[in-house]
Amino acid sequence: MEFAELIKTPRVDNVVLHRPFYPAVEGTLCLTGHHLILSSRQDNTEELWLLHSNIDAIDKRFVGPLGTIIIKCKDFRIIQLDIPGMEECLNIASSIEALSTLDSITLMYPFFYRPLFEVIEDGWHSFLPEQEFELYSSATSEWRLSYVNKEFGVCPSYPPIVIVPKSIDDEALRKVATFRHGGRFPVLSYYHKKNGMVIMRSGQPLTGTNGRRCKEDEKLINATLRAGKRGYIIDTRSLNVAQQARAKGGGFEQEAHYPQWRRIHKSIERYHILQDSLIKLVEACNDQTHNMDRWLSKLESSNWLTHIKEILTTACLAAQCIDREGASILIHGTEGTDSTLQVTSLAQIILEPRSRTIRGFEALIEREWLQAGHPFQQRCAQSAYCNSKQKWESPVFLLFLDCVWQILRQFPCSFEFNENFLIMLFEHAYASQFGTFLGNNESERCKLKLQQKTMSLWSWVNRPSELSKFTNPLFEANNLVIWPSVAPQSLQLWEGIFLRWNRSSKYLDEAYEEMVNIIEYNKKLQAKVNILRRQLAELETEDGVQESP
Amino acid sequence: MDHITVTKVENVTLLDHFAGKTLSNGILYLTATHLIYVEASDAARQETWIAVHHIATVEKLPLTSEGCPLIVRCKNFLVAHFILDSDTICQEVYISLLKLSQTVLFEDLYAFFYNPKSTKEMRENGWKLIDPISDFGRMGIPNRYWTITDANRNYEICSTYPPEIVVPKSVTLGTLVGSSKFRSKERLPVLCYLYKENNASICRCSQPLCGFYTRCEDDERLLEAIGQTNPGSQFMYIIDTRPRLNALANRIAGKGYENEDYYANTRFRFMGIENIHVMRSSLQKLVEVCESKTPTVTEFLSGLDSSGWLTHIKAIMDVGTFIAKAVKVEKASVLVHCSDGWDRTAQVCSLASILLDPFYRTFNGLMILIEKEWISMGHKFSQRCGHLHGDSKEVSPVFTQFLDCIWQLMEQFPCAFEFNEIFLLEIHDHVFSCQFGNFLGNCQKDREDMRVYEKTHCVWPFLAQKKPDFKNPLYKGLNMYEVLDPSTLPCNIQFWCGMYNRFDKALHPQQSMIESLLEIEKQKMLQKLKALDEPPEELFTSCHFGDLLSQHPESPLTNPLDFMGDLHALSREGGLQAQKDQAKCQCGDCPYERFEIIGSFRAISISENVGFSGDPGISEAMGASEAIGISKASSEEASCSQQQ
Repeated sequence: MEFAELIKTPRVDNVVLHRPFYPAVEGTLCLTGHHLILSSRQDNTEELWLLHSNIDAIDKRFVGPLGTIIIKCKDFRIIQLDIPGMEECLNIASSIEALSTLDSITLMYPFFYRPLFEVIEDGWHSFLPEQEFELYSSATSEWRLSYVNKEFGVCPSYPPIVIVPKSIDDEALRKVATFRHGGRFPVLSYYHKKNGMVIMRSGQPLTGTNGRRCKEDEKLINATLRAGKRGYIIDTRSLNVAQQARAKGGGFEQEAHYPQWRRIHKSIERYHILQDSLIKLVEACNDQTHNMDRWLSKLESSNWLTHIKEILTTACLAAQCIDREGASILIHGTEGTDSTLQVTSLAQIILEPRSRTIRGFEALIEREWLQAGHPFQQRCAQSAYCNSKQKWESPVFLLFLDCVWQILRQFPCSFEFNENFLIMLFEHAYASQFGTFLGNNESERCKLKLQQKTMSLWSWVNRPSELSKFTNPLFEANNLVIWPSVAPQSLQLWEGIFLRWNRSSKYLDEAYEEMVNIIEYNKKLQAKVNILRRQLAELETEDGVQESP
Repeated sequence: MDHITVTKVENVTLLDHFAGKTLSNGILYLTATHLIYVEASDAARQETWIAVHHIATVEKLPLTSEGCPLIVRCKNFLVAHFILDSDTICQEVYISLLKLSQTVLFEDLYAFFYNPKSTKEMRENGWKLIDPISDFGRMGIPNRYWTITDANRNYEICSTYPPEIVVPKSVTLGTLVGSSKFRSKERLPVLCYLYKENNASICRCSQPLCGFYTRCEDDERLLEAIGQTNPGSQFMYIIDTRPRLNALANRIAGKGYENEDYYANTRFRFMGIENIHVMRSSLQKLVEVCESKTPTVTEFLSGLDSSGWLTHIKAIMDVGTFIAKAVKVEKASVLVHCSDGWDRTAQVCSLASILLDPFYRTFNGLMILIEKEWISMGHKFSQRCGHLHGDSKEVSPVFTQFLDCIWQLMEQFPCAFEFNEIFLLEIHDHVFSCQFGNFLGNCQKDREDMRVYEKTHCVWPFLAQKKPDFKNPLYKGLNMYEVLDPSTLPCNIQFWCGMYNRFDKALHPQQSMIESLLEIEKQKMLQKLKALDEPPEELFTSCHFGDLLSQHPESPLTNPLDFMGDLHALSREGGLQAQKDQAKCQCGDCPYERFEIIGSFRAISISENVGFSGDPGISEAMGASEAIGISKASSEEASCSQQQ
């Protein structure tokens, strides 16, 4: 298929662009295969470049011969284009609609994008499982890398390489895979060096109604326990939901078969409930009426902050088991690809200082989201303005980022990255020129040959010029566990995401710059003082030499 | 003090009201000025100091298996939940606290026996630090149109106005007196703020006593004269900050609002800020929400919603913004009133001043603004804050709301204010503490009658001394922003956790950008002084250090007051580290279990100058043997608070 077929009108003049907090811009609208471009053809005004894949929905309106297209983006921005001529307007609208809903992944922009920057480090190789494993292997010899899933045959949503207890062989893993949802047998997610406790994750056990059991499964997870120690299984579903899952062949670990484990049920919502929540929240944030009651009740009924609280509470519980109780944990929900990953990754943010650094956080996303098989392609297909309401669309990753932001807000000096880093990840998860978030799991990415055909997001981000934008100047390495507060008073609406387009950020940006300036200035001063000190010390030694011939 | 029947209670438990967990076992001391809880178990001897004037309510709950619960709720939103062993002693403590907190005679207020180590001269100079009248000089008054008159010198025209008022030059004393007779409580229109750039001004007064038909020539003449001070504008706004219905109801009582037909070239507007009673009950609901133990997000948000608090904050912000825009954009003068013109009027006039004039966003500016628009113009602090036992219907969080509005602005314009949130909280503390004379009484005349200026200390020098803690490191100076135009969209008005959940430290961010930056500044000072301290032979190099460091635009040695403050900061360097360490330790607790000493740090700052062993209040209150114990504790306290 050629893009040209979809582009009915490639160019329209005298189009007026309206954006909140910017003056209207008149210019020429161009449609390319992947971008909507509006240029005033004047040097001083900035152009608008919008990825078609960032468009969530469009509305058309006509007043006489003047057509208006309202474009609603996946990053929640809303822009308006006034297009003279009804035919042009209809053509543009239908072209945008077609281009923003391409079926084939290989037609997406990452397959066409040619970077203009020099690649210093290929991001596709930045976070190899072997390297990640090395970080643990110095501390423990109880774990090993398994290549059992090399051909994606055992678990289609797992990466080729996983970390499992050393005492469990691949044959056992194959058996366990048949007992776990989606073949997702328990694998290592996190090793707490401080006390050797671990977080494992998996899919639900397929116990069904007649209480099927799997000796290898029991053996596998018991292998992670120290003698005489008990572990915790955190099920991210309510007991009720977990019980219902048995009817569909799923289920949960029964005490009788897992006597060394205590099961805790924590309810984290999934799927369309989260998507509905996002839709309601964004709707509330876009409401410009001056009615406080209305705002607060909309904010409340969106339940977004309730979901944040649920997820954070469960992550704190997991971290508490590890760090306070000194117990290992297994976490799963149903598939083990959504709420499970929210909890395992947030628990690591709380427990592990490395995951609060830029590289560590990238590694966390690579490990706990991309390789762990969070289906980005499905979950991020549409955003807050979609009408399709497919079951698989869900802002699971955005909720995770929001939770990270909540912790960052409470510990502003403990993270190497800043809010912009999180916002950037949100944007790229939904629409990007990079291949990183394409596909639903490693198997799909492999088939798509993303490594060969697209650029990795990390190749771009990890260049010094980009990194400086995402670095938190307040960062001071904090090697402690950080416990966030989950009280409603402590949780805030993430303004940087949800009010981003509804208010001017001028004054907040200025404050950020000022903070950077103060810290930079102080650093320079510190450096000068150090040089002078050194000079002084040198002079003193010289004096000493002269005085004692 | 005869109110105190029991001075020391051992074996008292203090609960963290938020987590509902046992905090510790300790000793409770009652003194004439403070209720002090000293933790017995902890080596660090954590202390909680509660000023008796801060106590809003004391509640004794029925006996439980754990003991006798006693809940002390404070005006600065501290809630202390004690459990005592014995019911009899609990009852005694309860009665003592009730009596202590419900002061009947103004002479018994703390300010009249607060005695820091300072000379008479220092005390007198302290009262001269802030001179509200000087602010009119800054506006260029007296000028062609405006004059400062002492017509009210014996409070003859208006008993709740200050002796000196600013009025149009063109009007006679007779007109002023005539107008005052036509205004509720004789509060005639006077100047509050003149916007020099375009001659538009903000004036304030109380409602007219017009009923349905009455007119007053003098009042109309005065308003016309005010209009004429702004020749560039064709009209003047008259803002009635009340909802229309309230104003209408007042008409029946012979009061009411201006008829546009009688006042030439005016545009009349109602605004819709609710009265003190609505605000009081709104705060009460808000506090209940904040106090609820483990609310869900839904419970919290719907509680916040139904308290109406943010709606009221928004309403005040809206009016302040309207006035500022009228002055700046429409170049029109504005006359503001509510009923008596001492609550809502004070709020919106001072808020509009802050929006219009960067000066009021500085330390001095805010102090002057509070002295000018609140204290001297007769905001009834004593009644609104319930300083003395009296009519609880007069209590209302009007001033708290004003501080809340400033905080909202600070959130939206982080570089526009010289001070930080702690400054606002500290002012808030002292409005209720009765430690200083500024906020006593209900008007200037009251304070003169009480001889406040002869007998008590002024709060501003006390605060100025702690300036390094109150600084906003992001402040970009007077010239950065002129007029502020805040957004008052509901999503931009926020709940101020730092105020209403101030002592629930577990709820606050555990690290702060502002504190980090302040620490950088303080370390810079430390280095500088270290350099200066070095022995003479190394002076050459250390001079270099000094030069190097003083390149920073804010060389602290230029202002003696600053220098003092920075020295002060220095001595606290170790304390900061300790505080940081402590914060880090606390990171080790779980979210559910994270308990902290109620009011561990900020709570005691108020008592800073009280805790010295020489304080008569304390040694009087204590028996000889206890006095040793407490003075030990209090000297620790003193060093502790200095370290902060």
